[in-house]
Amino acid sequence: MSALMIRDLHKRFGSVDVLKGVNLDIESGEFIVLVGPSGCGKSTLLNIVAGLEKPSGGTIEIGGRMVNDVAPSDRDIAMVFQSYALYPSMTVRQNITFGMECRNVPRAARDKAVEHVSKLLQIEPLLNRKPSQLSGGQRQRVAMGRALVRDPLLFLFDEPLSNLDAKLRVEMRAEIKQLHARIGTTIVYVTHDQVEAMTMATRIAVMHHGEVQQFADPETIYNRPANLFVARFMGAPPMNTLPARVDGGRVMLGDGSVALPIDAVGLGARDVVLGIRPECIAEPGRRFGDAAPLIIKARVEMIEPTGAETIVTLRLAGEKMIGRVAPDVRLAVGAEAEFAIDVRKLCLFDPKTERLI
Amino acid sequence: MKLNLRRLPEYLVIWVPLLLAAGQIVTFALWTTWISFTSATLMPSGDWVGLKNYTNVLATRNWKIAFDNLLIFGFGFVVLTALTGLFLAILLDQRIRGENVLRSIFLYPLALSFVVTGTAWSWLLNPGMGVQKLVNDLGWTGFRFDWLVDRDMAIWTIVIAGIWQSSGFAMALFLAGLRSVEPDLVKAAQIDGAGPFRLYTRVILPSLWPIVIAVMVILIQTAIRTFDLVRALTGGGPGIATQLPALVVYDFMFQRGQLGRGSAAAVLMLLTLAAVLLPYGIWKYVQRRRAANA
Ligand SMILES: Nc1ncnc2c1ncn2[C@@H]1O[C@H](COP(=O)(O)OP(=O)(O)OP(=O)(O)O)[C@@H](O)[C@H]1O
Ligand SMILES: [Mg+2]
Repeated sequence: MSALMIRDLHKRFGSVDVLKGVNLDIESGEFIVLVGPSGCGKSTLLNIVAGLEKPSGGTIEIGGRMVNDVAPSDRDIAMVFQSYALYPSMTVRQNITFGMECRNVPRAARDKAVEHVSKLLQIEPLLNRKPSQLSGGQRQRVAMGRALVRDPLLFLFDEPLSNLDAKLRVEMRAEIKQLHARIGTTIVYVTHDQVEAMTMATRIAVMHHGEVQQFADPETIYNRPANLFVARFMGAPPMNTLPARVDGGRVMLGDGSVALPIDAVGLGARDVVLGIRPECIAEPGRRFGDAAPLIIKARVEMIEPTGAETIVTLRLAGEKMIGRVAPDVRLAVGAEAEFAIDVRKLCLFDPKTERLI
Repeated sequence: MKLNLRRLPEYLVIWVPLLLAAGQIVTFALWTTWISFTSATLMPSGDWVGLKNYTNVLATRNWKIAFDNLLIFGFGFVVLTALTGLFLAILLDQRIRGENVLRSIFLYPLALSFVVTGTAWSWLLNPGMGVQKLVNDLGWTGFRFDWLVDRDMAIWTIVIAGIWQSSGFAMALFLAGLRSVEPDLVKAAQIDGAGPFRLYTRVILPSLWPIVIAVMVILIQTAIRTFDLVRALTGGGPGIATQLPALVVYDFMFQRGQLGRGSAAAVLMLLTLAAVLLPYGIWKYVQRRRAANA
């Protein structure tokens, strides 16, 4: 069953086109992450799905029902806000039950629902506190409790973790993922953190300038980015992209001094943009798959040890590239060094359309 | 502290008038208090008489009526002005067109002095020339609206004029408060299915409490020291039906030449004000301490 279907959605604020024809088909039970840089229209899209904003064009279907003219409370959705948006004058319990209060759910049923949700999220000791007496992480949980208690067809999360510190964020990330595995309700989750996107999503929609650039599972997004924007946006450090030229079975990098073998039958001779992930450039001892590694020489420009690995900036064929080597490899800045290259995961893009070839 | 000579003009401009004004207020308050314990009549000098002036003032019918009126006027004026202001603010908060124009219109009465308001309303409410005459002339000859000359209702004409003058001010403060409510809260309430009534009563207004209290306190102290509005609108009449404490003070001091008693009445007014402002000050202080500790 389709949980959410967005067709040709447009949104204009005055003369500004914020959404320019968004199409998404989301199956029931999926965990969809909407990711994109600030201002690309993620929140606007989510607000339109929730019914908090009117679209300028296009249709929204939730659970097979067209909801363009349905009030937010009747769309069978629940939303978690970046600011949590807990009602400051109400206790945690009242916050969670406010929706049921509005729908005139009897007291006994309300209490039961609160009990269930507070057990699930381990917020029982907090039920009689006010939001101002909670820590950031606790507020986050309560905000999720308020959404969970509705048992909706669709959860909408708008950057729910961005106000938490790094450690708590990792914890909550895992917890939300487990929660999804347990309850199985469809989730549309907005973030501009691509790690969150990669770790949680069943499918990722990468947005930019009000358009969906690519909608696919994390592995495809990562390994076969549909265009240069997606290639550069996903992954940290980002994918190296450099001008190159394919000719026969080879691709010549930058000034043409380095050539890599590539399986590019039928491309002929043409200019391309080559994309290569930093982890595909490693110390010479590294083995990628069964094939003998391809070794190249490059000048080391900068090294940044992170502990688990060392990020190295190097100059190859006149172009700057980033590689990731094992932490115990000794590199001297300014000197030439050898690196192993994984040629299985090279991506070629059209320099004009910026699309994957 | 090193005095920066280049900023001397600034210090002078700020501190000299401030000290003068504060000194004046404090000096006259102390002086009035002193006089209130003496037998001063026309001249501000006399013998110490203890609390005699106070017992005298409290025993006069004039003061009793003034104080009863203050209760009615204070309550009616404060509550109704706040409610009217809140109502206007909620209406304006619906993002209607022409909001700026309407806001200016509602705020405009505040720019008028109470004397102008009082005079204008004394014409409007005068049965012989105002609203009653207009409606009568339109054909409803039986229509009566003569509160201005009705002993029991006259105080309410002052309430009406007061509301007209001050509700724009309450509206402006409430509107600022409504606008500072976090938009996500409203969105959350919409998803929860709260209708407009529940949205305001359960979500928006509860976060408006500090502003409500501030508005109340300002209105209450306006009510307590009201003088010019009554002077211009009813002159305290009919008879002494619309006396307020400030008029009693004026009456004692400048009409009857009893400075001692007038001062005692003035001190009583000051105490009433303090009874309102001190708890508010303490409440604000506690709040700030709590915010600083949190
Ligand atoms: N009410 C509005 N009126 C005018 N422009 C708006 C309005 N709301 C959003 N915009 C504009 O629409 C664009 C998209 O905003 P949106 O909030 O959807 O971005 P976002 O992708 O959620 O960004 P972020 O990651 O910073 O939250 C922005 O350029 C913003 O300035
Ligand atoms: Mg946003």
